[in-house]
Amino acid sequence: MGNDLVLRVVSKWLSPIIILFAFYVQFHGDYSPGGGFQAGVIFSSAILLYALTFGIDAAVKLIPEKALRLCASFGVLLYAGVGVLSMLKGGNFLNYSVLVEDPLLGQHIGIIVIELGVGITVASVMILLFFTFSRRVSPE
Amino acid sequence: MSLLINFVLLIFLLVIAIAILKTRHLFAMAMLFGLYSLLVAGLFVVLDAPDVAFTEAAVGTGISTVLMLVTLAAIKDGHAGKREGKSRTAPFLICFLMGGLLIYGTHDIAELGDINSAPNQQVALRYVEQGQAETGVPNLVTAVLASYRGFDTLGEVTVVLTAGIGVLLLLSNRKKHKLSTKGANDGK
Repeated sequence: MGNDLVLRVVSKWLSPIIILFAFYVQFHGDYSPGGGFQAGVIFSSAILLYALTFGIDAAVKLIPEKALRLCASFGVLLYAGVGVLSMLKGGNFLNYSVLVEDPLLGQHIGIIVIELGVGITVASVMILLFFTFSRRVSPE
Repeated sequence: MSLLINFVLLIFLLVIAIAILKTRHLFAMAMLFGLYSLLVAGLFVVLDAPDVAFTEAAVGTGISTVLMLVTLAAIKDGHAGKREGKSRTAPFLICFLMGGLLIYGTHDIAELGDINSAPNQQVALRYVEQGQAETGVPNLVTAVLASYRGFDTLGEVTVVLTAGIGVLLLLSNRKKHKLSTKGANDGK
């Protein structure tokens, strides 16, 4: 597929836009539809498009597999970390209201951080799945 | 208007479902499943659930179709199944019975958006009335998912990670195998 000019140009222009949209869905999830999970899958679909057009090796060069494994675990750690932090601050597990002085601001910060954790984990796992699957394809 | 859109989407769903049943080519099947998910995503938008529609469009149409295509590429041959001459009365009867039971079950579901139904009267009402004051987040779906049901979402993310680890454990042995044979050759 790598030789098709139209495909190459279109996916080169489309991938950054999809990634931008993923970030919008991620950080604007408090106000509009979307959130961490949706942002994660949209982000990974941009990488999938890139990998399908330019080959798996180019995509691995872009995001090394080891970094993906670390990120997948880091997302869950970030999420649970917010919970532990709110316990240390004297509240229940995952009670964001105690994170800062103002409970509403605490909720806002807590939600943004845990959504980020969700997004990182989902995006990394989806890309990892694709990389692992496509490694099974023996070269022609 | 939304009735018309629903009608068109459902007709297309039916057509694609029959096409999936009829085709014997796995490549066509994978693509048709992607289309099916896209139509379901459209239905979710009509049902005012854009969050679910996002997920369905990205996962169902995009990622799972790509994963299926990659799997097909790994298999290489045997993409077209053989049609066997077995009797298909029993599966047909089971499908008919199950479908009938499901349709019978829908009679107990409350009307969509009915304010007097039990789910809309109890916990959902509480979220709608006080959610914004308590979390300060205008999007109630996010408020429920990330704050009220934060523990559930933590569980979901853990499930995603566990699934990823499972796939890695099952499928990524190939490289290691190659490395070990390489090491054995070097030893010689």
